[in-house]
Amino acid sequence: MKHEIIKKKIDKVLEKYPAAVFKNRKEHVLVNDCSIPEPQTITANTRTIPGIITNRGCCYAGCKGVVLGPLRDAVIITHGPIGCGYYTWGTRRNKGKKKSDEKNFLNYCFSTDLQEGDIVFGGEKKLRQAVTEAVQIFQPKTIFICSTCPVGLIGDDINAVAAWAQNEYGIKVISFSCEGYKGVSQSGGHHIANNGLIRHIIGTGDAAVGKYAINILGEYNIGGDGWELERILKKIGYEIVSMMTGNGTVEELSNAHKAALNVVQCHRSINYIGEMMKTKYGQDWIKVNFIGVKSTIKSLRDIARYFDDPDLTARTEAVIAEELEDITPQLEHFRKICSGKTAALFVGGSRAHHYQHLLRDLGVETILAGYEFAHRDDYEGREVIPSIKEDGDSKNIESIEVQPDPENFRLVLSRERYEKLKDEIPLNYYGGMIKEMPDGSIVVDDLNHYETEEFLKILKPDIFCSGIKDKYIAHKAGIFSKQLHSYDYSGPYAGFKGAVVFARDIAMGLTTPSWKLAVPPWKTQPVLEGRVATC
Amino acid sequence: MLDYTPKEYIQRSALTINPAKTCQPVGAMYAALGIHKCLPHSHGSQGCCAYHRKFLTRNFRDPVMASTSSFTEGAAVFGGGSNLKTAIKNVFSIYNPDIIAIHTTCLSETIGDDIPTYIMSSQIPEGKLVIHANTPSYQGSHVTGFSNMVRSMVKYLSVNSKTPNGKVNVIPGFVNPGDMREIKRLMKAMGAAFTMFPDTSNVLDAPMTGKFDMYPKGGTKVQDIIDAGNSLATLALGSFASSDGAFELDKKCKVPARVLKTPIGINATDEFLMAVSKLTGMAVPEDLEEERGQLVDIMVDCHYHYHGKKVAIFGDPDLCIALTDFAISLGMTPKYVLTGTPGESFENEIRDMFNAAGIDGKVKALGDLFTLHQWMKEEPVDLLMGGTHGKYIARAEDVPFVRIGFPILDRSVHSYLPIVGYKGAMRIIEMMSNALLDRQDRDAADEDLELIM
Ligand code: SF4
Ligand code: SF4
Repeated sequence: MKHEIIKKKIDKVLEKYPAAVFKNRKEHVLVNDCSIPEPQTITANTRTIPGIITNRGCCYAGCKGVVLGPLRDAVIITHGPIGCGYYTWGTRRNKGKKKSDEKNFLNYCFSTDLQEGDIVFGGEKKLRQAVTEAVQIFQPKTIFICSTCPVGLIGDDINAVAAWAQNEYGIKVISFSCEGYKGVSQSGGHHIANNGLIRHIIGTGDAAVGKYAINILGEYNIGGDGWELERILKKIGYEIVSMMTGNGTVEELSNAHKAALNVVQCHRSINYIGEMMKTKYGQDWIKVNFIGVKSTIKSLRDIARYFDDPDLTARTEAVIAEELEDITPQLEHFRKICSGKTAALFVGGSRAHHYQHLLRDLGVETILAGYEFAHRDDYEGREVIPSIKEDGDSKNIESIEVQPDPENFRLVLSRERYEKLKDEIPLNYYGGMIKEMPDGSIVVDDLNHYETEEFLKILKPDIFCSGIKDKYIAHKAGIFSKQLHSYDYSGPYAGFKGAVVFARDIAMGLTTPSWKLAVPPWKTQPVLEGRVATC
Repeated sequence: MLDYTPKEYIQRSALTINPAKTCQPVGAMYAALGIHKCLPHSHGSQGCCAYHRKFLTRNFRDPVMASTSSFTEGAAVFGGGSNLKTAIKNVFSIYNPDIIAIHTTCLSETIGDDIPTYIMSSQIPEGKLVIHANTPSYQGSHVTGFSNMVRSMVKYLSVNSKTPNGKVNVIPGFVNPGDMREIKRLMKAMGAAFTMFPDTSNVLDAPMTGKFDMYPKGGTKVQDIIDAGNSLATLALGSFASSDGAFELDKKCKVPARVLKTPIGINATDEFLMAVSKLTGMAVPEDLEEERGQLVDIMVDCHYHYHGKKVAIFGDPDLCIALTDFAISLGMTPKYVLTGTPGESFENEIRDMFNAAGIDGKVKALGDLFTLHQWMKEEPVDLLMGGTHGKYIARAEDVPFVRIGFPILDRSVHSYLPIVGYKGAMRIIEMMSNALLDRQDRDAADEDLELIM
């Protein structure tokens, strides 16, 4: 009954669309019904209809902006006209701090700034020269070349330039053909970046690592999240071989194959590497969620189970207890303010799921959630992957086949232990968002402006977690909006300490006195008394 | 911070490092938002549109609405005609603007999409309008994009219907909504009948009312842009952002154009008001003369706060030109002036000012912040002025920094308050003096900390 009422409301929103748009969009929206035994399906990772005001970005944004951008020791040259490179300069808050003698290029922005002549006669020459200049000025160990829309059309062979430069200068030069029009969103760019890192970087190092060596995948150190994870994990006794890619380096990534386990935070943007490393090096990956106190605890326990070492397990419990003791009083204070509120979430490809846990810790119920560029598995769980039909757009993104690396392939778990463990912890598996959502909540893929406006009107959430393009729309309508891409320049929000920062920020947003001032007092109080002459 | 920027100047011909400009569409989008009930439309892949909306939103902290043709690989190969037609249909039926202002992107430009033909074969509801501007980012900068969109407004809309309206047109240039409000206030104070376009006030600085309005009250009415063809004259404020639109009006509708500096600082504001006065035949009113007098009073009283200080200025050409002039009128030395936008005329104009003032300074168009930083390493300045990205240099060189121009992403309120006019000039002086005096305070030994300055 409850579901029917919500469905009717949704239909009313969607019915206003022209027929073709209605037909398309209704497949991207569902009401979570926990009483239905069979899983509900949703359409995702398909084209946005032209004219729709979408939040989605492009392939370049996913490749350069998300996955490669945080690597601090690489000079990333955006090959194209100026805009694309400029917009990714310092805007994502992937923090990075250099260690000792390496270089950190995070405050620099490099572009070939193609001009009309280059578009007409080709930009390869300029790119070569740009690489040469970058080598002369900065002497980096690694250069990445990322191409933008027009480059694909004018036919510049960036692979050839990369190969030439690598040979000429004896450094790593890797090209990424991540033109914005490829795929249907940022997602294609994640995949392209993942492919490049597997092909050219991971596995090229030979550092020795310890027993509890892990990689953290899909953690971009926004607002320092990665540092909070590092703090906790190191305290327990793990060695972090590499972080992909927040505060990461090419150097560290080259040794990633040595780690015993891959810990995956953002599934969408990096699952390809997780899978390819499993095939190539035998490493298992485990899906974690360090957003939320309970989910952080669960993630830590799951990782400990994987290693199955009594000392490590004891240490894990001790750290959990210590951290909880530390944060509980503060968290309690903010929880009282937030409790009972409702939230709608629309973020990238994992956060819309992750943050539901943290909000739940604060007593906030999620009534709507959606991803900007997820695939069906992020909603429904990896079990649906075999049944996802590839369309033309996804076929345009290369899928690479890797083979076991005879020298470096090793299995950490015995077959029996693996079989047993995989029923207990999310080993090489992500269950998706929907299963963990409340009954009657709404799931929307690629939420657009019209739907945002309408759903906010109908659902009246207290908090709308989205990005900068939506933020002030919600604010104008009197709804507090929290950016979950940039954290409104705050953070960290991950782990234990991060949960407190998030709780503080949400409480602050809900209680800032300004909300009450929107209506001027003369609209509510009689003032028409005076006799003073007017001019 | 910026640890690998060497002092020694290195000739570069291909690599731009830390740009001082961005791409055309973002300027076109901004201009289009200055038409009432207009939805800007980005014809290309959706990433460009997402970046441009984000960027403008961060600068103004207000909703920036715009749609996209959402190209995928197919459109990139076969052309974006069907995407655009679908987009136009959907935008009118879902978002219901009065007018769609299309701008192109690098992608649709490189393909060579013929936008007018696509528009012609689109379904456009009765009474609605679609205009377009070509905005290839491999030419010019965001300022060029703004200028191109303004010109397109004229091309598509303005008509000389032989019914003179007795008004003056004002093209304000790529300035903040707060500046546009101030320009309107000055025009009203001058008693001039006018049309200003574009006008982003009350669009990108709209009030909080508890209700989201996709098309806020502000923006120049389409009818007024049409009628701009019947005006007596056009004042183009800022040659880079505004002159093309004004010349187009002259060409198309025979409305004479006069290009002025952006009215930043005392001289440029004087020129602006005198130009208006000349057109209306009315004297500058006492109120404004009083404001001017206040400004000069401040300039005289506080000159020692900034006189003789060396300043580096970067940003959009129209802002840099006016600001350099103002700095000189304050007795400062604009040592370095740099814009990312190309244009020889920029370098010439600044050089003329240097020569007239006997300043040994450096100027560059199509420059980047790496170059500016190198100059500052070679010979330091006392103050840096420009958009947010300057903060990296300011920190690296420990130089006081005044945020001015576009974009400002790390401070608020700037878009509400003017830097144009006499009031704006006071505000600039306040910002500069404060920055310089704060630094003096910070660096002073205890015994040298002054209570009164
Ligand atoms: S492709 Fe062109 S229009 Fe799009 S963001 Fe890049 S430079 Fe700007
Ligand atoms: S959480 Fe979302 S936005 Fe962040 S990296 Fe993953 S997919 Fe991208």
